Amino acid sequence: MNRKFTLFNATSLTLGFAFLYLPMLILIIYSFNASKLVTVWAGFSTRWYGELLQNDAFLDAAWVTIKVAAMSSTLAAILGTMAAYVLVRGGRFMGRTLFSGMIYAPLVMPEVITGLSLLLLFISIGLDRGIFTIVLAHTTFSMCFVSVVVSSRLVTFDKSLEEAALDLGCSPLDAFVSVTLPIIAPAVISGWLLAFTLSLDDLVIASFTTGPSATTLPMKIFSSVRLGVSPEINALSTIMISIVTVGVITASLISKRSIARKQGEERTAATVDASAA
Amino acid sequence: MNFRRLFLIATPYFWLLALFLIPFLIVLKISLSDPAVSIPPYTPTLDLSAGWGSIKTFFTELDFENFIFLTEDALYWKAYLSSLQIAAISTFLALLVGYPIAYAMAQASDSWRPTLMMLVILPFWTSFLIRVYAWIGILSNEGFLNQLLQWIGLINEPLTILNTNAAVYIGIIYTYLPFMVLPIYSALEKMDESLIEAAEDLGCSRLSAFWLVTFPLSRPGMIAGCFLVFIPALGEFVIPSLLGGSGTLMIGKVLWEEFFNNRDWPVASAVAVVLLLILIIPIILFQRNEQKQREADQ
Repeated sequence: MNRKFTLFNATSLTLGFAFLYLPMLILIIYSFNASKLVTVWAGFSTRWYGELLQNDAFLDAAWVTIKVAAMSSTLAAILGTMAAYVLVRGGRFMGRTLFSGMIYAPLVMPEVITGLSLLLLFISIGLDRGIFTIVLAHTTFSMCFVSVVVSSRLVTFDKSLEEAALDLGCSPLDAFVSVTLPIIAPAVISGWLLAFTLSLDDLVIASFTTGPSATTLPMKIFSSVRLGVSPEINALSTIMISIVTVGVITASLISKRSIARKQGEERTAATVDASAA
Repeated sequence: MNFRRLFLIATPYFWLLALFLIPFLIVLKISLSDPAVSIPPYTPTLDLSAGWGSIKTFFTELDFENFIFLTEDALYWKAYLSSLQIAAISTFLALLVGYPIAYAMAQASDSWRPTLMMLVILPFWTSFLIRVYAWIGILSNEGFLNQLLQWIGLINEPLTILNTNAAVYIGIIYTYLPFMVLPIYSALEKMDESLIEAAEDLGCSRLSAFWLVTFPLSRPGMIAGCFLVFIPALGEFVIPSLLGGSGTLMIGKVLWEEFFNNRDWPVASAVAVVLLLILIIPIILFQRNEQKQREADQ
């Protein structure tokens, strides 16, 4: 690419990022507004954070959401990694086309259809709806995302390393645990994180598959947002945005550092090799 | 085939069969049933214990009545058409907004690129619902945008944007922008800069070099980005129900209301089946584009 950083480029980046970030910034600023009227600024206050922390309905919903996200993302990480391994290393087996179709289809399936179809399944087998059914639903669509992330890592990874471990007397399970898993671990972790956020975020599928006993945070937010803007929701949004921002920045710093360290090690090894020769 | 391999294949396989394929077959079956005042609210229901005779009558009672109903009632086909229209317009606008961002990112220096990438991806990790909600406070009559425009003196009366299709376009562009920017960026980033130099040496102006070289080379990225916005926008529920008005017809919203408000499961299922049939075309085109890209990369 021609690296001429022009005024045009600077303007489009500024406008683009202003468009992406200003709405969230306004939301954050108004969460510290003292007034109940969300559009009139009446001085700085943390009142809405206090009220939010005393709102049991929100806290309960947040707890349900975190439980669902933790369980479904862990299950999805396991099943998704297995699915990726089968797709990349599984060789031929009966119904392979159907299997890869079922991995990719949920990625493009509209949420309303996924939600509707799972609800109809749960009703027809008479399963009590609640946290358990939301976990089943979330695991199903997020395992497909995990499997896409993990298989893109598996494809680039040198199969001969695994074969070497097998030749040196490892059992297939040993080879997987001590060779393959450490190499694909970053992809499994980012798949897990993706599954976790997808689950935290989901409104439509959870609304279809839940029962009267479990309300998730997005469902709670949606029902109160339908009545209009509320300062409590602004406060809640600010908390959620800050957690994600801190998380993403930390994750990227960690991965940057580990890449730098790896490059350092490789450089040292190369120097050692060179001096030995 | 050994036991371990069987276990590895069978576990995700059966999970997806049970929780993806079978549920979809149930939707297909209910879309062919008739609504009824009972629990569950449709007929016929399959009773395997009653033997062959009941299975036979079960199949004879299935029909395409709900699909015929969808073509007769103007609400449904209007909702499909307006979903297609809203998704197409917002995809095009997202391309106009996203292309300059991707282009500028590709021309930024190497030390800036990771930061710019992270800034584009970061909103994607924050809650979708919150990002849509943020626009309610901005677009409402006494909202931030109207206050700003009135303060500048551009308008005297507040503009009505919230609860119109315009708000839905803004919502879709805003939430799906990263999906548009990233594929275009990766297409532009791969480009060989000597091509532009060659074009300029041969007498092209910067603008015509862009049109004749850069733009065509970024086309696969643009196509991928457009599908990545268009496909999810078509079945969108949250954006039209929070930002759209009573006049905003989108099929995701119609399905939701058919199911939860009217409790008409067979019609809701039929709506889902038709939506899926419509989606198959762009999905196949998208896959073909990706396949072509992969072959070109090798």
